[in-house]
Amino acid sequence: MQESTVISPVIEKATPLAVEMRGISKSWPGVIANDKVNLTVSKGEIHALVGENGAGKSTMMNILYGLIRPDSGDIFINGQKVTINGPRTAIHLGIGMVHQHFMLIPPLTVAENIVLGREPGGLGAAFDFKKAHADILALSQQYGLPIDPDLRIEKLPIGLQQRVEILKVLYRGAEILIMDEPTGVLTPQETDDLFAVLRGLVKQGKTVIFITHKLREVLELTDSITVLRRGKNAGELVTSKTNPAEIARLMVGREVLLRVEKQPANPGPIILHVEDVHAQSDRGLEVLHGVSLDVRAGEILGIAGVEGNGQSELVEVLTGMRKVTSGKITLTNVKDGVAGETRDVTTTGASDVRRAGLAHIPEDRRGSGLVLTDSIADNTILGRERWPQFSRNGIVLRLSDIASWAKRLVQEFDVRTPSIDVPVRALSGGNQQKVIIARELASEPLALVAAQPTRGVDIGAIEFIHRRLIEERDAGKAVLVVSAELDEIRSLSDRIAVMYEGRVVDIVGPDATEEQLGILMTGYSLEEKEEG
Amino acid sequence: MLLVQVLLRVLGSSDLWAATLQFGALLLLPALGGVISERSGVTNIAMEGMMLTGAFAAVMGAKATNSLLGGVLFAMIAGGLMALIHGIVSIHLRANQIVSGIGINIAALGLTNFLLFTLTNGQGYPSLPNALRLPNISWGPLANIPFFGPVLFQQNIVFYLAVLILLGMQFLLFHTNIGLRIRAVGEHPQAADTAGVNVFRVRYLCVIASGLLSGLAGAFFSQGISGVFNPNMTAGAGFIALAAMIFGKYIPWGAAAACLIFGLGEALSPRLQDSGISANLLSTLPYLLTLVALVGLVGRTTAPAADGIPYEPGTE
Repeated sequence: MQESTVISPVIEKATPLAVEMRGISKSWPGVIANDKVNLTVSKGEIHALVGENGAGKSTMMNILYGLIRPDSGDIFINGQKVTINGPRTAIHLGIGMVHQHFMLIPPLTVAENIVLGREPGGLGAAFDFKKAHADILALSQQYGLPIDPDLRIEKLPIGLQQRVEILKVLYRGAEILIMDEPTGVLTPQETDDLFAVLRGLVKQGKTVIFITHKLREVLELTDSITVLRRGKNAGELVTSKTNPAEIARLMVGREVLLRVEKQPANPGPIILHVEDVHAQSDRGLEVLHGVSLDVRAGEILGIAGVEGNGQSELVEVLTGMRKVTSGKITLTNVKDGVAGETRDVTTTGASDVRRAGLAHIPEDRRGSGLVLTDSIADNTILGRERWPQFSRNGIVLRLSDIASWAKRLVQEFDVRTPSIDVPVRALSGGNQQKVIIARELASEPLALVAAQPTRGVDIGAIEFIHRRLIEERDAGKAVLVVSAELDEIRSLSDRIAVMYEGRVVDIVGPDATEEQLGILMTGYSLEEKEEG
Repeated sequence: MLLVQVLLRVLGSSDLWAATLQFGALLLLPALGGVISERSGVTNIAMEGMMLTGAFAAVMGAKATNSLLGGVLFAMIAGGLMALIHGIVSIHLRANQIVSGIGINIAALGLTNFLLFTLTNGQGYPSLPNALRLPNISWGPLANIPFFGPVLFQQNIVFYLAVLILLGMQFLLFHTNIGLRIRAVGEHPQAADTAGVNVFRVRYLCVIASGLLSGLAGAFFSQGISGVFNPNMTAGAGFIALAAMIFGKYIPWGAAAACLIFGLGEALSPRLQDSGISANLLSTLPYLLTLVALVGLVGRTTAPAADGIPYEPGTE
C-alpha cells in the first residue's frame, strides 16, 4: 500500500478536538464513497463539511453516527479512540444527527418523537405523558426553542419539524451535532432562525458539523471548512480567510462561474398569458386569488416568494395538473418574433398542454419528474412514448431509435452516467435533473415552466442548468422560473414577480435589491413600507 | 316471511350470542396477532397457517404429554415457530412478505395433513378426553342469570384469556414505552433506529407474538371448541381475522368489534337452516360479511406507513 499523496494541509487546531476521523474509507461494489478521508473538528466550533452531491459528505456523517461501518480508518471523540457500531453507540458518545430527510414520525406527537428510544421510566414502564411533557418544556426553555410538546408532527411546518429534530438530539444529551443539509427545505426566514439557534448552541459549548453545498451559508455561519471532492479530501480552510471562488474551485475541481452571465433580454410577443386565475388547494381552500402575468418570447420571468404562497399550485395550474376555478390561460405560437395562433389552454390536461408546447420541469423531480426505477433511456421518452419516432402505431416501441435518442441527449446535456440503461435512481441529483431538462427541452417547446430547477443540485450542475435556461430564452422561448432561492431568481430573471398568499404582489425588474424583494415577499408593497 | 320469523327467534336466543362471543374470541386472538405484527411494520397474512399449525400441535401435544397445558404449550410454540420463519424471511432476508405469508399458509396445510397421516397411520386422532380439553368456566351464581349467564359467564377459559389479552394489548400499544417503540418502528423504522430503537428486535418480537396468539387460537379451536383435529379445520378463520384487523383499523378495540360482527355471521349461519335457505348458501355468510365489510370500509383505514417494507439500516 502506497500512502496517498493527496493529504489536506494540516491546520493547527488550538482547542481540543471534538471529532477526529482519520483515513476513513468506505466502498460499495463499484462505488468508492470515501477514500482515506480525514476530518478534524475543534470543540465549540461550527465546522462546514462541503462538497458536491456524491462527494462523500453524507457517508462520512453516517459513519460518524454509526449508520454505516467504515471499511477502514479510525475515529476519535474528544481524543478517545472509539468504535461506533450503531446510532446507540453514537448517542452514548454524545453525537447527535439531524438528518436531511427528517427522522420524525408524522402521526406521533412532538413529545413522543423526542423521547422515543429514551422514554422516561425505562422500557418496562407505562408511557409517562406528564414527565415527557415537562422534560421537553424544560429543554425547550434551556435552549430557547419554543415548541408545543402535544402537537402531532404532521401538523407542524417544516421549520418547526426541524426544531423538533434538534430538540430530539439535545434530549439525548448530544454535545456534537451533525446537521445534514439542514437548509434545503427551509425558507430564508427559517434559515435565519436556524442559524441563530446554532450560534446559540455553540455558545453553550456544543460543537456543530454543518453539511451543505451552499457557499453563502458556509461563509455566513461556519468557523472552518473541510472540502470533499469525489470521496477524497480536497482542502481544509478557515472560513475567515477564504472566499466563495476558492471553495467552489476545491469542490468542483475547476474554476466555476458563480455569476450567471447573460446578455440583456430581447423580449418579443407574449407567449404565455395568465389572467385572473383562481384555484383551490387539495383541501378545497382557495390558494390562488386571481393571478395574472405574461411571459414573453425571449424573457425569463422569475417567481419569488416564501414557499407555500401558491407558487406550486400556480405551476400545477399552468401545466394542466390542477383545475382552475376561474380565469384564463393561453399559449400563443410565436415564430421568429411573430405571434401566430393563440390557444386557450385553461382547461387542457397535462398531456395536451405539453403537446401544445409547454414544457415542465417539476419541483419534485423524484416524485413527478422521473420514474426512478426506469432506465435513463425510458425516462427520456416519458410522456412521448406514443410519438411516431418512438413507437410504431403508438404500440410497439422502437427500442434502437430510443437508444440513439437517449445517447444523443445524454451527450448533449452532459449527463454523467456509465450507460443509458442505468436506472435514474442511481444518478446524482444534478444528473437526474439534467435528464428531465434534456427531455423537456428536446421537445422544442414554446414555453418552459421550471419549478425549483436547481434544488438539491450541486454547483457544477447549477452552472450548466442556468446556462441552458438562458439559451432557451435567447432562442426566443418564454421561460418561467419558480425558485425559493432568491439568488437564483435575481441572477436569472429579466423580470421578477413576487407572490404572497396566492397573489402576485408586484412585478419588478432584475435590479430589485434583496431587501426590496424581502419586503414584497411579506406582502407589503414597496410604497407602503416606505411610508410606514 | 319464514326467514324473518326464524331470524327473530334466533336473535332472541342466548345460544346465538354465546356462540357469537365464542367465535369472536377465536377470531380475536389471530386478529390481535395481526395487529401487533403489522403495527411493527411486518405484513402478516399467515395467521391462518399459524392457527392451523397450532390446532394440530395442540391435539398432538395433549396426546403426547397427556396434559392439557402440554397441548396449549405445543400449539403456541408451533405457531411461534411458523411466525419465526415468517420473521426471518421478511425481516432479515427482506423477502416479499405477502409471498412469505402465502407460503406459510400452504406449508401449514400440507405439514399438518402429512403429520396427521403419518403419526396416526392415516387414522386421524380420536376425540380428546375431557381431561385434555380446554374447559368452560362457570362463574357460580353469575352463570345462572337468565340470558346473560350462558352468554357471558359460561364461556371457555380461552375466551376470558382473549379478553384479558385484548385489554393488555390496547394498553401496551398506546400507553406504554414499548408500544411507542412498536408504533414508531412500524411507521418510520429509520427514525426509530436513529433514535436508538433496535428495529429488528422489535419486529421479531412482534411477529413471534402474532404466532403465539394464533397458535393459542388454534388450541382453542381443536383442543377447546371441537375436541378433535380435522384437516384444514380452520377453513379460512385466519383470513377472516386478517379482515377484522384491517376493518378494525389496526387498533385492538376496532379488531375486537370487527371480530364480533364476523363471529355473529359464523354463529348465525347454522342457526338459520330452518328458514328454507340452502345450508350451503348460508355457510358463505361469514365470508360474505367479511367481503362487504372490507369493500365498504377498507378504503378508509390506513396501515402503518412502513407496513410490509423491509428495513435496511443506513438507507433513506
